[in-house]
Amino acid sequence: MVGFLQQIVEGLGAGAIYASLALALVLIYRFTGIVNFAQGEMAMFATYIAWQFTAAGVPFWLALVLTLALSFVGGMLIERVVIRPVEGAPELTVVIVTVGLFIFVNAAAGWIWTFLIKDFPNPFPAGAFEAGGLHVGYSTLGILAVVGLVMGLLYLLFQHTRIGLGMRAVAANPESARLVGIRVGWTLALGWGLAATVGAVSGILVAPLLFLEPNMMGGVLIYAFAAATLGGFDSPVGAVAGGLIVGVAETLAGAYVGFVGSDLKVGVPLVIILGVLLLRPQGLFGRAVVERA
Amino acid sequence: MSGSTEVTSKAASAETPGRGRAPGRAATVRWRWIVAALLLAAACYAPFQLVPFHVFQLSMVLVYAVALLGLNLLVGHAGQISLGHGAFFAVGAYTAAILLQRVELPYPLTLPVAAAVAFVLGLALGLPAMRLRGLYLALVTLAIAIFLVPLLKRFEPLTGGSMGLTLAKPAPPAWTGLAEDQWLYFLALAVAVAAFLLAHSLLRSRVGRALHAIRDNEAAAEVMGVRLSFYKTLAFAWSAMFAGAAGCVYTWVIGFVSPDSFVVTLSITLLAGLVVGGLGSFSGPILGGLFVMFVPGIAQDVNDAAPGVIFGLLIIAVMYVAPTGLAGLAGRVTRSIQKILRKE
Repeated sequence: MVGFLQQIVEGLGAGAIYASLALALVLIYRFTGIVNFAQGEMAMFATYIAWQFTAAGVPFWLALVLTLALSFVGGMLIERVVIRPVEGAPELTVVIVTVGLFIFVNAAAGWIWTFLIKDFPNPFPAGAFEAGGLHVGYSTLGILAVVGLVMGLLYLLFQHTRIGLGMRAVAANPESARLVGIRVGWTLALGWGLAATVGAVSGILVAPLLFLEPNMMGGVLIYAFAAATLGGFDSPVGAVAGGLIVGVAETLAGAYVGFVGSDLKVGVPLVIILGVLLLRPQGLFGRAVVERA
Repeated sequence: MSGSTEVTSKAASAETPGRGRAPGRAATVRWRWIVAALLLAAACYAPFQLVPFHVFQLSMVLVYAVALLGLNLLVGHAGQISLGHGAFFAVGAYTAAILLQRVELPYPLTLPVAAAVAFVLGLALGLPAMRLRGLYLALVTLAIAIFLVPLLKRFEPLTGGSMGLTLAKPAPPAWTGLAEDQWLYFLALAVAVAAFLLAHSLLRSRVGRALHAIRDNEAAAEVMGVRLSFYKTLAFAWSAMFAGAAGCVYTWVIGFVSPDSFVVTLSITLLAGLVVGGLGSFSGPILGGLFVMFVPGIAQDVNDAAPGVIFGLLIIAVMYVAPTGLAGLAGRVTRSIQKILRKE
């Protein structure tokens, strides 16, 4: 039983990382209806920036703040420069552009920092906290705490500030929002900036566990997609719940289903995505879309 | 929705003024067949003039062109997106390799089997994904492409695991007097020509019209009686079939398959090649095949990451300025030349 609970704890730790990237995906989807395939690569790039700061001797937490600020600006810039020209274009065009961004950012990181793996400092202490035979690593606790904090801050932003109100208005109905004087373009850019920041957090959390290299986020992205699909692509709460469920399901499948083992774990998100599409396409917390032609 | 319809309508309107539409159109069609015949003649002549390595490279261009032809059916003509066509390519390649190695089937028979396996797989995976919007197909296909590599490594007794499988390449029959590389090239050429003819007739049938209707306006297509999920799933299965056939020829030409040849980068490279070559156009897959074969090699001399940088930038640039890719640009250039010639 303790072993089982232990696996669940590990799964929650992994799931929190998926949840943070899924949260970034959902943020952009809510505002722009775009699924950003480059989200993971943007997070990876931000992690490299953080690595560059720490390699230059900047203390970790200062490097974190600088990186998050840069990610925010970078996300806004990407929206303004890359996404703006295809705004309102067919979904196919937008998806292809984000795939192009994916390839570009991945290769750019490889060009700047080479494809060799790098050690990323772990901000959390190495030990583990023990309760009733259960080992809970401080880094697992740290990751859960950080993701919880990000959730809380986003909640405060959306529900209790003027900017958040504007953003919700844009997400609900861009035309009406524009008519009441909200600058829709800048709000969308703000959404991308926020998503890039949240994504950067997930990159920085995952880097100490996976080693830093340009393809680091490829696998995480697929889990984040599964999380967002499971939770519902338009629901931030769903993204987090979905991320945790995906993390636990993946860990349990790896540990207890002999056939899956550690190497086929990456099949879990595929099964989850297919299962959700067959059984409940809008996800656990999402709204079913009713189309009016 | 995409630029290709826009361009064709422009082309039609450019031809119409003054003269009747039908003669202009017939002339264009005749020209197209003449150009295709000339290209084919050049393609038959080329292997006798080139060194074996270049012949091999051209064979690979044909392999990619067949895969892109399939991807084009889905992305360019039906407006659905796949980020995992490398997986179907790999399924075709492995089916052929396993049949050659374990069953010792004569190689011509591996082609229909590989194509059929990919088709069925496409049908099975397309069913859940196609019930919804194109976005989910992109997710599912990406997940498949990522999942396939560990799966291939796992079934080691069948697939040879990480080491892959090494096979004897199809030997040229003595009566042809061809060298091995030339024979493989002609095999690839035959498959490519057959694939192009098949795709051509498919697109001219009611199926092709249904796909275009779906691409251009789903709601309108549905109202007109086009069964959306049926045609979308079918388009996906066909495009998987072409990719599987391409994978089979890949196995013939290379004589070696390993999981690391089919990582997710292959799928993304294929999509990039198609977008740059030209979505929804007929010559797009060939131009895309040339692009996929030669550009990474040239760029790699600059930096390992240079092909990615070029691919990424080009995809974005193409979507902004020339949604019909190189093929569309070529079409525009020929039309302006025709205009100039006509004026004189």
